[in-house]
Amino acid sequence: MTNSRFFVPVCCVLIFAVLVGIGFIIPQWAMFLATMALAKGLVALGIVILMRAGLVSFGQGLYFCIGAYVSGLMANWTGITDIVLLSILGVLVSVILATICARLLSGYRGIFFAMLTLSLSMILYGALSKMSIIGGTDGLNVSAPTFLGYAPEGRALGFSLYFYTCLVSVIAGGLIRVYFNSERGLTALAIRDNELRVEYLGSSVKSAISSGYIMAAAVGGLGGVIAGLAIGHVDPEYAYWTTSGEFVFVAILSGFFSITAVFASSIVLEVVRSFSNLYFPNTWQLVLGVFLLIVILLLPNGLGSLFSKRRRKGGSE
Amino acid sequence: MTTAESSTTDFVLQAKNLNKAFGAVIAANEVNVAVPRGAVWSLIGSNGAGKTTFVNMVTGYLRPDSGTILFNDKDITGLEPRKITRLGISRSFQIPQLCAELTALENMLVSLSSANEQASFFRPAHSAESVANATDMLERFRIVDYRDRTMAELPAGVRKLLDIAMAITGEPQVLLLDEPTSGVAAEEKYPLMDLVMEALDGSNVTVMFVEHDMDIVARYSQRVLAFYDGQIIANDTPDNVMQDDSVRRYVTGGAVATAGGV
Ligand SMILES: Nc1ncnc2c1ncn2[C@@H]1O[C@H](COP(=O)(O)OP(=O)(O)O)[C@@H](O)[C@H]1O
Ligand SMILES: [Mg+2]
Repeated sequence: MTNSRFFVPVCCVLIFAVLVGIGFIIPQWAMFLATMALAKGLVALGIVILMRAGLVSFGQGLYFCIGAYVSGLMANWTGITDIVLLSILGVLVSVILATICARLLSGYRGIFFAMLTLSLSMILYGALSKMSIIGGTDGLNVSAPTFLGYAPEGRALGFSLYFYTCLVSVIAGGLIRVYFNSERGLTALAIRDNELRVEYLGSSVKSAISSGYIMAAAVGGLGGVIAGLAIGHVDPEYAYWTTSGEFVFVAILSGFFSITAVFASSIVLEVVRSFSNLYFPNTWQLVLGVFLLIVILLLPNGLGSLFSKRRRKGGSE
Repeated sequence: MTTAESSTTDFVLQAKNLNKAFGAVIAANEVNVAVPRGAVWSLIGSNGAGKTTFVNMVTGYLRPDSGTILFNDKDITGLEPRKITRLGISRSFQIPQLCAELTALENMLVSLSSANEQASFFRPAHSAESVANATDMLERFRIVDYRDRTMAELPAGVRKLLDIAMAITGEPQVLLLDEPTSGVAAEEKYPLMDLVMEALDGSNVTVMFVEHDMDIVARYSQRVLAFYDGQIIANDTPDNVMQDDSVRRYVTGGAVATAGGV
């Protein structure tokens, strides 16, 4: 069944229908929360792509920030507010930058890879903080997006943004699922296990890692565009290490077997954050920490192992 | 098993004056070999004699300090393992190099898709065709019963066979087997070698295998390279090599050598 080529598209359509349906019944604050959760889920999905090849990026905030600034600056400088165009631009800039960074990063593994990605994002943070023409640490405001000529306001705007976010998340999720199931996707898992063997079978580990990193940047930039437009404001914090840390949190929480779990984990994080903020304003990180600890102890392969038929036994991670 | 040794000028693999030192240890000392296409040769020598180093240099894991390696008369010295694999030299490992979290089938699928230069971002790894090919390969090595097991659940002999099966999916011209029977129970050594030879039958692959058991050497190889201290001290038929004084002194120790450690 799951091998049918229609399986992924059918799942995507069903999930999209359910998400849109939910959009009709939830209040506006929840819709905003869901939009943000999906946008950040896209970024975390990038980390999951890398995790499958045995790497963790601690700097996906870099692309999140770039996507957000592309939408902010484009709107301010050129007056482009079309969300589709902004998404394409945000992804394009991210991919170009990632292609350059990948040349450097693909030679590193483990903690070195993580630290390098982290420092790249902190360089952007530092640079943006100093650039007063684009707002410095205050950042800048982003005008509301339009949707192929449609310029909604109020609740309609929130819903349109939610609808668009669901659409691109489902499409991105579907494409990445196709990649995970593909020959190259399996090779990534093999690299995680035994890089030497993969090289000896004739595949390039470096190019596999580069392409994973570039894909991760693409979804990271996309998530950033949406987040910037949803919040209506961008600032260098998007590239700060704590922001990147949240994406890593989501990725570890979800594990790398299920894409749905990534978005679900992102929603969990947003919900926990909102409510903890309300009830324990100063200690919500503590709540998150305890929550993550429990998940790691009970489900070493992440929440995704609940959804996935693979390795429910909880392998030796 | 006696393949055309007649066209002796057709050397598929040549090593010329290979040297390799690790600090004070000389792991290869003026190694010269010319292997005719389709030959089945064995490499013997006590532990630390330089057999694995030879395999590592030919397959690009180690770059020789000096000397050249020719594959079909093309200089491949110091190329990356991946490129050498693509050209047609593949290897198995003394300690099987498998993907531990993947099943036996998935390990085969990884090697199948790697063998294909146009491995796809879209084509499913588990396509019916690939699964059939991978299963077929596991059947040839009689390990299809372990298809859906991960590596931790496989007996040593099965791991060895899987490691070799993965090495030959790319249809190499030269196959280097580093101690295919080590770590395998004595009574499984012959069946294992039979399976490997059967799987290669008719493919005209040139095989070089590292082996400690002289009976296996005598039975499966046409020619033997005896290593000692990084040098090739004998290069002859199994019978002659076993009569050779220096081989008796430095390698077989007079008696028939037993399987060495890892
Ligand atoms: N990567 C390495 N670093 C340092 N010394 C090595 C390395 N590889 C092999 N050696 C040394 O080179 C010699 C030959 O080793 P090896 O080729 O593995 O022997 P064999 O396979 O015949 O048992 C040994 O003394 C070994 O310790
Ligand atoms: Mg050895």
